[in-house]
Parts: sequence; C-alpha cells; structure tokens
Amino acid sequence: MAMGEGECTPATKPVNRPLIRVRDLACHFVASPPPLIRLLQRRRRSLLKAVDGVSFDIARGTTFSVVGESGCGKSTIARLLVGLLPPTRGRIEFDGVDITGDRARRNARALRRRMQIIFQDATASLDPRWRVSAIVGEPIRAFRLADGHERTERVSTLLSAVGLDPNDGNRYPHQFSSGQRQRVSIARALAGNPDFIVCDEPTSSLDVSVQAQILNLLKDLQTRLGLTYLFISHNMAVVSYVSDEIAVMYLGRFCEVAATQELLRSPRHPYTRMLLETIPDIDAPGVRRPPIGGEAPSAIDTPSDCCAFHPRCPFADDRCRRERPALRPAGPAQVACHAVEENRIG
Amino acid sequence: MANARTRIAGGTRTRFSAHLGRRLVRGCADQLIDSPATVVALLLAFGFCTMAVFAPWLAPHDTSDVGTLDLMQALRPPVWLEGGDWAYLLGTDDQGRDMLSGIIFGARTSLLVSGVAVLLATLLGTAVGLFCGWVGGRPDAVLMRIAEVQLSFPAILIVLLIDGLGRTAVSTDLHNVAAVPVLIIAIALSNWVQIARTVRGSSMAEKNKEYVQAARVLGIHPAAILLRHILPNIFAPVLVIATLGIAGAILTEATLSFLGVGVPPTQPSLGTLIRFGNNFLISGEWWMTVFPGLALVLLALSVNIVGDWLRDVLNPKLS
Repeated sequence: MAMGEGECTPATKPVNRPLIRVRDLACHFVASPPPLIRLLQRRRRSLLKAVDGVSFDIARGTTFSVVGESGCGKSTIARLLVGLLPPTRGRIEFDGVDITGDRARRNARALRRRMQIIFQDATASLDPRWRVSAIVGEPIRAFRLADGHERTERVSTLLSAVGLDPNDGNRYPHQFSSGQRQRVSIARALAGNPDFIVCDEPTSSLDVSVQAQILNLLKDLQTRLGLTYLFISHNMAVVSYVSDEIAVMYLGRFCEVAATQELLRSPRHPYTRMLLETIPDIDAPGVRRPPIGGEAPSAIDTPSDCCAFHPRCPFADDRCRRERPALRPAGPAQVACHAVEENRIG
Repeated sequence: MANARTRIAGGTRTRFSAHLGRRLVRGCADQLIDSPATVVALLLAFGFCTMAVFAPWLAPHDTSDVGTLDLMQALRPPVWLEGGDWAYLLGTDDQGRDMLSGIIFGARTSLLVSGVAVLLATLLGTAVGLFCGWVGGRPDAVLMRIAEVQLSFPAILIVLLIDGLGRTAVSTDLHNVAAVPVLIIAIALSNWVQIARTVRGSSMAEKNKEYVQAARVLGIHPAAILLRHILPNIFAPVLVIATLGIAGAILTEATLSFLGVGVPPTQPSLGTLIRFGNNFLISGEWWMTVFPGLALVLLALSVNIVGDWLRDVLNPKLS
C-alpha cells in the first residue's frame, strides 16, 4: 500500500491506522414494484445490488480511486461513505470510529465536518438562488466555525485558494463557467476544514482542458492541506493521474485493487486489461483497440454463484460460471479472478 | 470593499425577492411591448385591488349604513338613461342603494374572501407538499390519498355541508358572523390539493439534486433545507397556481353567494348583488345584475391573465 509512513507522528496517531476503513460494505435496493402489484404481476422480489461486499482502506493523505463503467456502483460507494445512503451491510470506520449502524449515528454527526463530497454536476450541486459567498459560507455557518466578519474573511480566503476572485462571492452560480462552478463546490467542500473528501466524478462534466486544471487544483490542495481523497471516475486516464491506489469495480464488487503504478504496468484482471486498452496513447497512433465486448449486464438479480464478468470474459471457463471468485493476493495486487489464480492468462 | 462585505452579509430572503423582482420587472417591460392585453389586465387587477383596499373612501355611498338609504331613489337607472341621477352613476337597486358603491364594496368582499382563502390554501398546500416530497413513502401515500379524496368534493358541496350543519346548530346571528370564515375555509379546502401536488412533485425533483445532497452532507436540519434551499427554488409555479387560484376562488365565492350560501345578504359581494339583481332582470331593471356581472367578469379575467403572465415571466425557459 502506498502509505506515507513518515507523515503521521506515532505519538498522536497510530502509524498503520488508515483514515478510512471499509469492511464488507453492501448497499441493496429493492427493484421490484410494491408487494400488491408484484403479486398481481406474479413477479418475484428482486434486488439491485449496487454495492455487494466491498472492503478497502485509505491511508491518510493518499488518494484511493474507484473506476468502473456506469452503473457498477462506484457512486453508491461515494454516497455511502458520506452518509447520504444507509448501508445494507458492512462497516465504515472513520479515523478508527465506526460511523455505520444506529448506535454510531451520533458519532457520525460529530465527524460530518471532517468529510465532504464534491459532485459530478457542478451546476446541480450549487443552489441556483444562492450567492456564491452564501454557498461557500454554508458549512462555516452549519458547523459554527466563524461568524460575521470572520466568516466573510474565510469565504474570501477559500475562494482565493481555489483560484477564484474573492469578489466572485457576490455572483450567482449561473454567472460562472462550469469549471469555475466546480471550483466553487471545491471551496464549499473545503470550508469545514475536512480531512477527507469524496470526489464523485468531479471532472466528468468538464472540458478536457478544464479537467486538467481541476485535477491539478485537487492535487495541489491535497499536498497543502494533507487531504485524503476517495476519487470516483470512469476515466482511466484521470484516475491514473491522481491516485495512489486504484480499485477496479464491476457490478458492485472490486475485481482488482493495486497501487497505481502496479496496476498500470501489469494489469492482471481481464477487465482491468480491457479498461487500460481504452486509454488513448499519443505514442501509438492508429492502433486498433479491441472494444470491450458486450454491455455491462444489469445489477438487478445478479447470480451470486458465478463470476459477474464471465459473459464478457475471453478467459472464462466452467469454474467461472460456477463459482464466484474472491479478492485474493496476486503478487503486489489483489485480484478476484479464477483465471489469474490458475495462471491461465499468459 | 466595505460595500462588498455588506452585500455578502445580505440575507437569503432579500436575495430571493430581489431575484424575483428583477425577473418581474424585466418580464413587465417585455410584455408592455408584446401584449397590450396583459397591460390592461395588470392595470385592471391593480385597479380592483386599490378599489377594494380604499373602498370606504372611494365609494360615493356607504351601502351598509341603512340611515342613508332613500327609498325614493329606488330602482333609478344609470346616469345616461332617462331618470338617471349623477349621484348614482350606475343606478340604484330596489332599496335605493347605489350600484357603484355596491360593486366597490362587493369587489372588496370578493377579493378578501378569495385572497385569504388562497393564502390559506397556499400555506397548507405548500406545507403538505414539502413534507410529502421530502419524506416520501407511506406518509406521502396516505396524505396524497386524502388529497385525492378532498379533490373529489367541490367547494360548493363543502360549503353546503357546513352551512347545512351550521343552520341547524347555531342561531341566525352567529350564522351570519360565521358565514365568511366558513366560505373562506371551504374555498381554501378546495384549492390546497393542487398546490400540494405541485409542491410535492417539484420538491421531489429538487431533493435529488446535488445541492440538496451537499446540504445533507453538512448535516443541515431537513426543515432548514426545505425552507432555505428547496422552497425558493420551487416557489415560481406556486405563485402562478395561487394567482390563477384567486381567479377561480372569486368565481366560486360569487357562485356560492349567488346560491345564497355564501356571504350573508347584509354584506354585499359580487355574487349577492347578481343574485338580487337577477330578480329584476325580466322587469327591465337590467343594471342591477349586468354591472356586478360585468365587474365579476373583468375581475376574474384580469386576475387570470395576470396569472398567465406570471407563468410566462417566471418560466426561465421562456425568458
């Protein structure tokens, strides 16, 4: 794991304790109609397993990324971590404190200030009727961090920190470009002095040139403020640029978790290989890229007794259709694949 | 800089109303060029409102003061007809009451009843709608079924029910006092459902937007999120429906008063005036019913047009 061991002082914080520890996290949604209608239509109860047993740690000051296709459950993980969704099963620990379950809800409230989220759609994530200064000042007011003049001052500092003019606070969100709007939501996320920020596809709705600016801003803030990120994206190129560790997600489960360099250099899971082949390469123009066959199947009622990826996998055999692979160490990485385990892939 | 700071410190309410105000002014300017009918309607609606507010000073006669009534002046035609009198511009009724003053006081009653009723309906509808939209699930289902049941009872039925019960239960004096509140409650009850449904639908859409989720991550109390974030963003359609609702409520009030279950006869409303005038329509004293009727048509029409105009102005996709 890419942990900066030297960064934490052993006296105050245990060196090996990650900021975020997630164990067997699951979130299921009922996908069938209400009972009476279901009875009339003679349909079985069906579950959408958006996230189905996911475990990971995020070390302080590092970026952990989750990549995957649309609908694989990566945004659900983001929402679970900041408490927007209750988990069906599993445990989330923030700085050693359990924040799941009814008993832990009180802890969670106190810890709210320390975790924030940045959403994909910067336009939708800012209240169109609020001035930017009020939007950025909302966490400061909510957590009673500062008042009056001091708050105004803090908002100005925050706006400068994300590369905006302090006078922009008087404007409304619709008067900004989408990149600037994303800067505003970053400023709001920073307003409560958090330790941990969930970035849910923060650059997906932006132009490529602006994407780079926002990513650099996020990296810059991370080094300056010692932030820990959970970064959600479907874009392999973006993820490889920002992360220390990457988890590849498919239909609610991780299929490979590895340090960024390791994953890029030697991808092991067949799905990871396919994803990496989608990154455009400036050194190899004109290369034919084999498209990933088929579409991600629906997460509704996925059978639990086979590998979820087997319909699209070129290496699938009988075992893959019978038995679900678990995440197992494979070299320095963790991979959930029978073919990798049996060394069937060349 | 000091100026900028004070502006930053401005409250949500002023910001919100300033925003709405700017859009209204801009919309008003556009409409002046585009549609003269709207301008006329706006002026008319404004005129009716002024008339209603300043009725005691504007009306040439006090129709409620029996002492000023002169039976010799009864059934006088409008001033431009033979036998007309400049003191009674639009003629008089069978008691010698001035029709113009009656209409002015009647419009006051009509606007008061419909305005208060729609205000109540808006408050109730917005509260229920916000609650249902936010909570969802079973409470939402139960409240919406109640709303649908409510929707199947027209205001007339509710008033007749309360009126019928009231007549047997209380004395005539008390009944007359209670008549206006009963009317207001009945009209409010028949109007809140539409507002509740609109608010519920909009707030359901709004609550899934990311700015609301961001506020939830901050741990802000749901009531504060509803009032400070969601309500300002869904208020435009509510304003339109409420305005259109006033037009409808004016007609409902007139209908009920015409049927004799609305405003008591001692208090003129446009509906009661039309009802009394109706008895004289065949015998030739047409002004007693035509003028209040005309006033009613103009009032309802102008409020309706104002509502349509508001809908266009507040629709960001059109402006």
